[in-house]
Amino acid sequence: MNNSVEIKNLDLEFGAVKVLQNLNLEIGKGEFLVLLGSSGCGKSTLLNCIAGLLDVTAGQIHIKGNNVTWAEPSERGIGMVFQSYALYPQMTVEGNLSFGLKNAKLPKDEIAARIKRAAEILQIEPLLKRKPAALSGGQRQRVAIGRALVRDVDVFLFDEPLSNLDAKLRADLRVEIKRLHQNLQNTMIYVTHDQIEAMTLADRIAIMRGGKIMQLGSPDEIYGRPINKYVAGFIGSPSMNFLEGHLTGDTFEVGDVSIPMAGYDFANGGAANGAATLGIRPEHVVTGELVGNAPFQADVTVDLIEPMGSDTVVDCQFAGARFRLRMDGQARVTVGDTIRLGLDPSRASLFDKDTELRL
Amino acid sequence: MVDVTPDALAGPQGPKPRKTFSRRNIFLYGTLIMVALYYALPLYVMIITSMKGMPEIRLGNVFSPPVEITFAPWVKAWSEACTGLTCEGLSTGFWNSVRITIPSVIASIAIASVNGYALANWKFKGADAFFTILIFGAFIPYQVMLYPIVIMLREMGLYGSLSGLVIVHTIFGMPILTLLFRNYFTSLPEELFKAARVDGAGFWGIYFRIMLPMSVPIFTVAVILQVTGIWNDFLFGVVYTRPESYPMTVALNNIVNSTQGVKEYNVNMAATIITGLVPLTIYFVSGKLFVRGIAAGAVKG
Repeated sequence: MNNSVEIKNLDLEFGAVKVLQNLNLEIGKGEFLVLLGSSGCGKSTLLNCIAGLLDVTAGQIHIKGNNVTWAEPSERGIGMVFQSYALYPQMTVEGNLSFGLKNAKLPKDEIAARIKRAAEILQIEPLLKRKPAALSGGQRQRVAIGRALVRDVDVFLFDEPLSNLDAKLRADLRVEIKRLHQNLQNTMIYVTHDQIEAMTLADRIAIMRGGKIMQLGSPDEIYGRPINKYVAGFIGSPSMNFLEGHLTGDTFEVGDVSIPMAGYDFANGGAANGAATLGIRPEHVVTGELVGNAPFQADVTVDLIEPMGSDTVVDCQFAGARFRLRMDGQARVTVGDTIRLGLDPSRASLFDKDTELRL
Repeated sequence: MVDVTPDALAGPQGPKPRKTFSRRNIFLYGTLIMVALYYALPLYVMIITSMKGMPEIRLGNVFSPPVEITFAPWVKAWSEACTGLTCEGLSTGFWNSVRITIPSVIASIAIASVNGYALANWKFKGADAFFTILIFGAFIPYQVMLYPIVIMLREMGLYGSLSGLVIVHTIFGMPILTLLFRNYFTSLPEELFKAARVDGAGFWGIYFRIMLPMSVPIFTVAVILQVTGIWNDFLFGVVYTRPESYPMTVALNNIVNSTQGVKEYNVNMAATIITGLVPLTIYFVSGKLFVRGIAAGAVKG
């Protein structure tokens, strides 16, 4: 059995609202899959279905080759970590970790051994006798991960586990989760709306929208070859620039500017014609000395600058639209300057204007 | 180092000075004191009257403190005052009330908390309809159901017994208590419930091990509501029991209203205070928890 989790033709309706529609997903053993989407896209709902906390309307869920569609959450071989930690407030950390094991009627020494191991992995040994109220946010989330860990399961489910933490702690715990996955090699399904978390953690990302998976692929694929305009705009910060124009053969015309598209890898093999949208990531716009090598160059006037230390985001008008580009943090620009920028069509994305699909 | 001398600061600094006898304070505290007096005065009159002898009461100085303090009216109210035929004072009624209140409180809270928990966390089929019917029950006037319940209790063979009254109190506590518990359990984070399910706890496991320990405030509120409500009940007590099992409120009424010879105001006052002591004690003991519990669950719809 190669797949750890398989979801087949899954439907979920709340009354008349279709939250998930005919969803199919196969997650390999040891894979780290991130479900990414804006709020209300059904990603948490999907996770709850996998966990067995919601009854599905149609379809099947298989975990480790067993059909668990009707199984109780505790019988599915999953551990779950929640956004709000969901630690039992009246129990100590040890009590929290052992609650599930006691329910499963495990022998005492086995429980003790598992708690010891989990506490070592997560470095929460000094906290075992404390109540959750006496822990910091990061410690609480670590205990919550520990509660999934002691269950000794194959599949870990994370429901936005880092969203309640402050930025620095989030970055630290993100690395810890990644390390945990490297060491344990469990299957992990991770729900988030944070694209940085998705990009850094995932083996594969599933971008969800309106109860469907828009694109499923490696972070590289999602970033480099977004399947449609929504995915292209969703991934990347600052987000992709879109220029509305017309594609004729190898040339993209927008206003009075024509950009040669030679070198662009068309999805259907050949070139296409018609109304189209050109997407260019701000970080793929070159400036300074590198402009000389770019196939297309233009002069723009700086409208606004956002210095971020490591780099500077510049706002300007290009071909009649707002255009953002990312420059090195060292670059000296001020509002009103004229700078020369260069575009490389091979790193751009083209979308059909009507279907919004990648050309 | 930057040198800043203290006197470099000029103008207003530090906490803003406040006048103790500002117009605002006088108005505020004046009103509060007036209202407090308005409520405290009857209690004061009751207490001093209950400690006066009858001759002193006949003088008519209602507000003057007792010249000779006597506790005889209290003793009489407790054990000798006449209620119609018998002269046993309030003591029988007190023990009847205890025997009614304790099982009613325990039963109604036990059932209602499980109801509320099921309604809040386990979305079973027909839950909404069940809840609507239950809440509707809270708005039906008691008088409408008075006689049908007499017939039901008679058919069950419980009419006139204490257990019959206990059942009535338990049922009538159900709508408001269920609402109270449902709202409280709904306010607890849903993820806790989910986590417990992933951890393999069942319906009762989650109720006893997760929900109950987190619900002390709301249980306190429920206990206060039920103890005071059932202790103070007069209507059900007088309708569904016989004279030998009358609760304290009915006994009090009979003492105060029985017109044999002179009206013993001091005994009546003492009897009234004794009857009110139980709810009063409950409020004093659990005041803080009560406020916390009300804030936690009762006011949210």
